[in-house]
Amino acid sequence: MSTRVFKVWRGDSAGGKFVDYQVDVQEGMVVLDAIHQIQRQHAPDLACRWNCKAAKCGSCSAEINGKPRLMCKTRLDGLPVDQSVNVAPMKSFPLIRDLVTDISWNYTVNKKIPPFTPGADATFLMRQRDVDRVQEFRKCIECFLCQDVCHVLREHDLKPQFFGPRFLVRVASLEMHPMDTLDRLKLLKDEGGVGLCNITKCCTEVCPEEIHITDNAIIPLKERVVDKYYDPLRIVLRVLMGTGQDGGAAEK
Amino acid sequence: MNDKYETHEHDVIIIGAGGAGLRAAIECSASGLKTALICKSLLGKAHTVMAEGGIAAALANVDSQDGWQTHFQDTIFGGKYLNNWRMAELHAREAPERVRELERWGAVFDRTPEGKILQRAFGGHTYKRLAHVGDRTGLELIRTLQDKGIHQGIDVYMECTITRLLKDGERVCGAFGYWRETGRFVVFKAKAVVLATGGLGRCYKITSNSWEGTGDGHALGFEAGAELLDMEFVQFHPTGMVWPPGVQGLLVTEAVRGEGGMLRNNKGERFMEKYDPKRMELSTRDVVARAIYTEVKEGRGSPHGGCFLDISHRGAEYVKKKLPSMYHQFKELADVDITREPMEVGPTCHYAMGGLKVAAETGATRVPGLFAAGECTGGMNGANRLGGNSLSDLVVFGRRAGLGAAEYAKTASAPKVDAAAIESAAGEMTGFFGRSGAEDPYKLHLDLQNTMQSLVGIFREEKDLTAAITKLEEFKQRAQNVGVVEGQRMFNPGWHLCRDLHNMLICAEAIARAALRRQESRGAHSRLDFPQYDNYWGEHNLLVTKDGRQMKVEACPVVKTAELQPLVDDKKAKEKK
Repeated sequence: MSTRVFKVWRGDSAGGKFVDYQVDVQEGMVVLDAIHQIQRQHAPDLACRWNCKAAKCGSCSAEINGKPRLMCKTRLDGLPVDQSVNVAPMKSFPLIRDLVTDISWNYTVNKKIPPFTPGADATFLMRQRDVDRVQEFRKCIECFLCQDVCHVLREHDLKPQFFGPRFLVRVASLEMHPMDTLDRLKLLKDEGGVGLCNITKCCTEVCPEEIHITDNAIIPLKERVVDKYYDPLRIVLRVLMGTGQDGGAAEK
Repeated sequence: MNDKYETHEHDVIIIGAGGAGLRAAIECSASGLKTALICKSLLGKAHTVMAEGGIAAALANVDSQDGWQTHFQDTIFGGKYLNNWRMAELHAREAPERVRELERWGAVFDRTPEGKILQRAFGGHTYKRLAHVGDRTGLELIRTLQDKGIHQGIDVYMECTITRLLKDGERVCGAFGYWRETGRFVVFKAKAVVLATGGLGRCYKITSNSWEGTGDGHALGFEAGAELLDMEFVQFHPTGMVWPPGVQGLLVTEAVRGEGGMLRNNKGERFMEKYDPKRMELSTRDVVARAIYTEVKEGRGSPHGGCFLDISHRGAEYVKKKLPSMYHQFKELADVDITREPMEVGPTCHYAMGGLKVAAETGATRVPGLFAAGECTGGMNGANRLGGNSLSDLVVFGRRAGLGAAEYAKTASAPKVDAAAIESAAGEMTGFFGRSGAEDPYKLHLDLQNTMQSLVGIFREEKDLTAAITKLEEFKQRAQNVGVVEGQRMFNPGWHLCRDLHNMLICAEAIARAALRRQESRGAHSRLDFPQYDNYWGEHNLLVTKDGRQMKVEACPVVKTAELQPLVDDKKAKEKK
């Protein structure tokens, strides 16, 4: 059995450092296995989150060799063998301890999004092709890796002005649901800050569920917002018709 | 150490935030009560996300002949007639409405060509009955309930582990716990408490369960005076991953077989022909798990000690559409492309049929003010659970327990908590620190898992079970000295495991003692020394209760309902043919 060196970030908001651990490597092993081994053998108090170990719960997000990934899905044999494995907490969220960060902001954002609101007469007869897109968005496991990598949040820390990719996907899943009747475009434009995204697609790249976050969710939402609020022809029409910006449910 | 603690007061607290807990919380808060939902992990991460294949409900969208009666019959046949009949009836009757309700709350199920909710075949279900979303139905369910719940004024407390229920005389009046993040203590005062903590799979070495599945609700309820029912019945899901070692036990959804997957041994034989020629791969889970175990034991296993499960004949596009997470799971974790080659699978500890005994209508335990729902309860599933019946169980009985607790809380007096009980609970948690020569909790946990796996696993016999009970007594002694080897109270998994072991040891002992007592083979309980059904045991469940410092195990008659007798007789006659 071979061994590998893991450099794992240990510490809390007051400070910390990378600590080296020797890990016995088994065939097919993932980073989370190594973390568990470190807990059993060297550091019983090493803090990390995990639940399903099957890439279905999105708990074990971290930055492995600098890249936001799920620890349960990252195989050691896919990482360069001649280097140590570097495991650090997500950078965009305040650190609690070791690999655990405070991601409560995400839950606050989710609460701001008005829930699914079907019409009183909704039949719920929906064809598969009409829900394919919504189902793609609903695959999201809320690992928040997209939030971690998004430079609006990571470099510019614009959390108060921007929902982040995860919750743009969430809004898209509601806006594109065939039975939903609400209009969330004003929220998207103002509080959601959909305009802040400049489509670098970093979020799509790190999504473990392979959701086409930018192409299928964010860009269509941007288009809807632009159509509604910034289309010059529509502005003229609105003035002529005497309707306000949010008038007319038929616009959705 | 008299540590300060914070106190929260609610009408009802719900411990556990998977499908059952969330559904209970929604019902409670809808009735206007101040409701708290306490999650051991973050909200939305509960083990419900690992339910993949679907939610069973006789909607009759695909097979129009289906109805609640057939679902009821399938459920009690699967449970080998040990189910609480009334629970199985309520479940079968109410599941369709709960599924439609999920859809109204935003769940997006796969569709039939007519645009209705699509249903798939599953083991033990006579008709195509499982509403599903590819192979991620549990995630859909939890996300739907989560998004419904957060807009309804439920107070959600995340990453909080409850270690004790607090009582006022006979009645439960709150709970004591700690915050995972800070390690500080918290007291919840409540008129009623609902336990919805899920399973106990972490007692076993090879398991599909997450770190949370340590039987907390089973143990909390047991210690508060509630009865544990059917604890000997632990479901080994037939298909867990067997390779690579790190993912051993990881679930491979039954939907693979529901979509036409075939099981073969190393001779290429579809061996289910020998074990259940009528249902083949879609036999009940107990039967399939034993079949795979037997094939492996008799030398017909796959290279890594399992058998082969093949879905490649359905074509790549179909497999990727209907089983996307299985496709990715095997591709990424095992280098296997399931659209082209077979998977290697073997049994994994998955689900506890046994749990707290509750009233079918209300989820009430025998302890006033204490309610329970979901996997931590017993009765619904009898000796073996059918796939797809857990998600429906969660929403049917989660709602009922929420209603039951709400009704109780409306007339209950204000809760009074006992300062001495809080002091004692805090002392237990701080006592894990500073023990010289302390026992390593990780080592003890591994010993427990190995013992349960090898001595109280799929096949059992008296000498093994007796040996297991002796070992468990030894582990209980060792647990007295378990302690924190390193670190402080802030997010310290070693410290948390010290306390989780306490719960796992209660569950393990209840399983082993009940398994020793049931001298027959039925459902998920197979005795090598008693391989046949026994008429007496076919009419009796086992109850485990706290008797001073001991566990008392006693038999009690199966709960039947006269009106359902004709349906049961009809099913028995059909199965004899």
